Amino acid sequence: MSYKTIIGLEIHSELSTNSKIFCSCTTEYGGDPNTHCCPICLGLPGSLPVLNEKVVEYGIKAGLAFNSNIANHTKMDRKNYYYPDLVKGYQISQYDKPLCEGGYIEVDTENGKKKINLTRIHIEEDTGKSIHSKDGGTLLDYNRAGVPLIEIVSEPDMNSPEEAKQFLEKLKSVLQYIEVSDCKMEEGSLRCDVNINIVDEETGKKSTITEIKNLNSFKSAVKAMEFEQKRHIELLEKGEDTVRETRRYDDLKGETISMRTKEDASDYRYFPEPDIVDMEISNEWIENIRKSLPELPEDKMNRFIKQYDLPEYDAEVLTASKNLALFYEDTVSHSVDFKTASNLIMGDILRRLKDEDMEVEDMRFSSKEFADLIKIIDSGKISNKIGKKVLREMFEEGKDPNKIVKEKGLIQINDEGEIEKIVDETLDENPESIEDYKNGKDRALGFLVGQVMKKTRGKANPGIVNKLISKKLNS
Amino acid sequence: MDYNELSITRLKDKLESGEVTSVDLIEEYFKRIEKYDNSIEAFLTLNKEEALKKAKEIDEKRKNGEQLGYLAGIPVAIKDNISTKGLKTTCASNIIKDYIPPFDATVIENLKNADAIIIGKTNLDEFAMGSSTETSAFQITKNPWDISRVPGGSSGGSAAAVASQMAPFSLGSETGGSVRQPASFCGLVGLKPTYGLVSRYGLIAFASSFDQIGPFTRNVEDAAIVMNVIAGYDKMDSTSVKREKENYLDGLKNDIKGLKIGVPKEYLEGLEGNVKSQMEQSIKTFENLGAEVEMMSLPHSGYGLETYYILAPSEASSNLARFDGIRYGNRSSNYNNTEELFVKTRSEGFGEEVKRRIMMGTYCLSSGYYDAYYKKAQEVRTLIKNDFDKAFEKYDILISPTTLSTAFKIGEKNDDPIAMYQSDKLTVGVNIAGVPAISIPCGLSDNMPIGLQIIGKNFDEAKILNVAYNFEKEINFKQTPDLGGVK
Repeated sequence: MSYKTIIGLEIHSELSTNSKIFCSCTTEYGGDPNTHCCPICLGLPGSLPVLNEKVVEYGIKAGLAFNSNIANHTKMDRKNYYYPDLVKGYQISQYDKPLCEGGYIEVDTENGKKKINLTRIHIEEDTGKSIHSKDGGTLLDYNRAGVPLIEIVSEPDMNSPEEAKQFLEKLKSVLQYIEVSDCKMEEGSLRCDVNINIVDEETGKKSTITEIKNLNSFKSAVKAMEFEQKRHIELLEKGEDTVRETRRYDDLKGETISMRTKEDASDYRYFPEPDIVDMEISNEWIENIRKSLPELPEDKMNRFIKQYDLPEYDAEVLTASKNLALFYEDTVSHSVDFKTASNLIMGDILRRLKDEDMEVEDMRFSSKEFADLIKIIDSGKISNKIGKKVLREMFEEGKDPNKIVKEKGLIQINDEGEIEKIVDETLDENPESIEDYKNGKDRALGFLVGQVMKKTRGKANPGIVNKLISKKLNS
Repeated sequence: MDYNELSITRLKDKLESGEVTSVDLIEEYFKRIEKYDNSIEAFLTLNKEEALKKAKEIDEKRKNGEQLGYLAGIPVAIKDNISTKGLKTTCASNIIKDYIPPFDATVIENLKNADAIIIGKTNLDEFAMGSSTETSAFQITKNPWDISRVPGGSSGGSAAAVASQMAPFSLGSETGGSVRQPASFCGLVGLKPTYGLVSRYGLIAFASSFDQIGPFTRNVEDAAIVMNVIAGYDKMDSTSVKREKENYLDGLKNDIKGLKIGVPKEYLEGLEGNVKSQMEQSIKTFENLGAEVEMMSLPHSGYGLETYYILAPSEASSNLARFDGIRYGNRSSNYNNTEELFVKTRSEGFGEEVKRRIMMGTYCLSSGYYDAYYKKAQEVRTLIKNDFDKAFEKYDILISPTTLSTAFKIGEKNDDPIAMYQSDKLTVGVNIAGVPAISIPCGLSDNMPIGLQIIGKNFDEAKILNVAYNFEKEINFKQTPDLGGVK
């Protein structure tokens, strides 16, 4: 049997404006609980919201970057529901006239490029945060209440968790490029809800859509989708169906758990926010924002291919994140080889970042220091392998590569005479290896080279070591 | 001091000439409060200590010849749904009975900048929902003209305070007529400004798209003075309108010859007692003043009450959601989970009328009913607005009685919410359209005051005040409540 997966996403992204959506309180992350609050963001009786124009501008920016239509007339609405951290008993959001409609994000699939369509992008306020204490109590921190968000809603156009992941990565990258959000998932500035179901392609039977709420990393999003995909198929195969429900993903157990069924679907009683006047958005304003948009990932990639003569693959990897692209461009501006820089970034740096779950901007060394490292390697002063060691050191200590090389005495030994002494010493110590080699065991050569490198703590020029040992063994 | 001596204008003269000090004045008013408020029950909170302190400061400044604000040393009473920093603001509801706002409403800031002195907070229908000040969770305010009658509502406390001479002026708020109707019942001048002219910042919302703060004064000139202080653009209120500040005293005394006045015939149906004959008398008065008066029609006014009683509760159901037991201290002590906390806090904290309106509003906004009620009412709202726009193409102002009858008896309409809602019949249209209107006394019926309503087009407060001033001078309404009968 063959099954088709259908996935739609809703992404909430915190906008990186300095002040909140309806007041002048700071949006800065952290701070002691309830210190970034005023009567307006706390929704105190009598306080009134006044819309921060920057929020509208950022929303338009996002819409333009995702090819959406920007509304000329838009308004805010109230979404009414009860939750302890919801200060006013309603959330100010947008309902029937969102700021942006339509648009798309292009992703790479096995079958080439694919457009994932967007339904809408709208602006709204964030709520406070409930903190559940060990003794069963609930504490409330309203620092986040009134932080501006955009909600991006996709059409159910994705057909695999992989496509959804690509969509999320592209979306994050673009939002960072246009600097409307820092998309720090660990700080909650990017959150994602998934709607997923399965169609049996032979019978056309569909499973009922389930919603997975509040996924706070791409990794868990993908895992949650994979889990759901499997669960839906198994149920369909058993002739059962899923129920309309909201689930959450348990990272530790690696499974989704039902939170509530959708039978008692909330009635949000949306109506136009009477405290905020409707907004007219002029085409002139939209055009000015369009002009202010920076180079987007696609354009940057094409430029990288041309300007740095990089393969498309390299250019795509390097431009996937704005900060990575920036790091690359800064590095090569210190006149180092384009391709060497690309190789090291795509290999060692990205691997390390992934292992450590770090972002480019968290690295403890500068692009200048990184360029210095490439120069030392290219000059032959240290080997590639030592270079990687130095890079590791730079990651850990954040020190200048020249200093590391000097302090640890890592400069490559290129002196044939000096190396020959060590080679002779090694051969003397390992007569059985010489015997093995003569009996046709080629591995022995590698072992001997390794021994020399070990003795020199990796500093001997491996080319020379190889050459000398081969010469001596064959003589 | 006799009653008419207690106007802002006269008090200002006395203070400026040194005949009285601000401290004298504050003490005098608190004496009156001590004498009458046991019977009238207009005040919920008194601010005596702070008021005297402020009065001393102002007297000192005056002595030193320092620059003083326009209302320097003049006492004012404030409806208890307008936020006053450090002073309890309860909306006459148990749900926030101990709430002390950490900020001042913009109108309070304006009054303070003008050096007015807040003497206390006045009673109202709970969350301004009512037409009699009987739905207050704390006390029933009495009409100073006859304490067996209501003062009107919802700003009944503010009206009664001024009518019983416990304050020279006060602020109320309007959602469907809550300044004009009590002004009419208590024989005062009450003005509902154009929506957006006076900042709503700090006014605890009932229905945001209707609410507007307005003054109660003893005469029209005082209303103009208060408007000079409280009107103006406020960046804290997105619905506040950006426009030049106006001086409402300019042109106040100009004559009104040639003024075109329309009388909506729909507003003359169902009038009780002498209201109709007083209206006819008022029309004659205007004609004597050289105005042209004509009967005309506001064809959609028949839908006013229904439109209002769908839209206002809808907004109220949302505005009151914040009182959920999580903040503001008042919380049910008897709950097992969060939902129970919400439900029980609200069940225990809100009175019957508030609950009724929350239920109506929630129903009208709920999916499946939204189109039939809320949306439909919004459409009718536009029609009603258009009626006024069209009328003002032809007429400078419209006049009508403010209410169908004079003040009714306490308890008379308590068991019949619909009858109670009818009290707003002649005032709601103005709130629906957002236009300004004033109520001024025009006569008596069985020794109870009757109000005349003067309606203008948007931002035509100056015109309304000018017309009202001429009318007031012409009829010379001097009757005052017999406070000797108040025990």
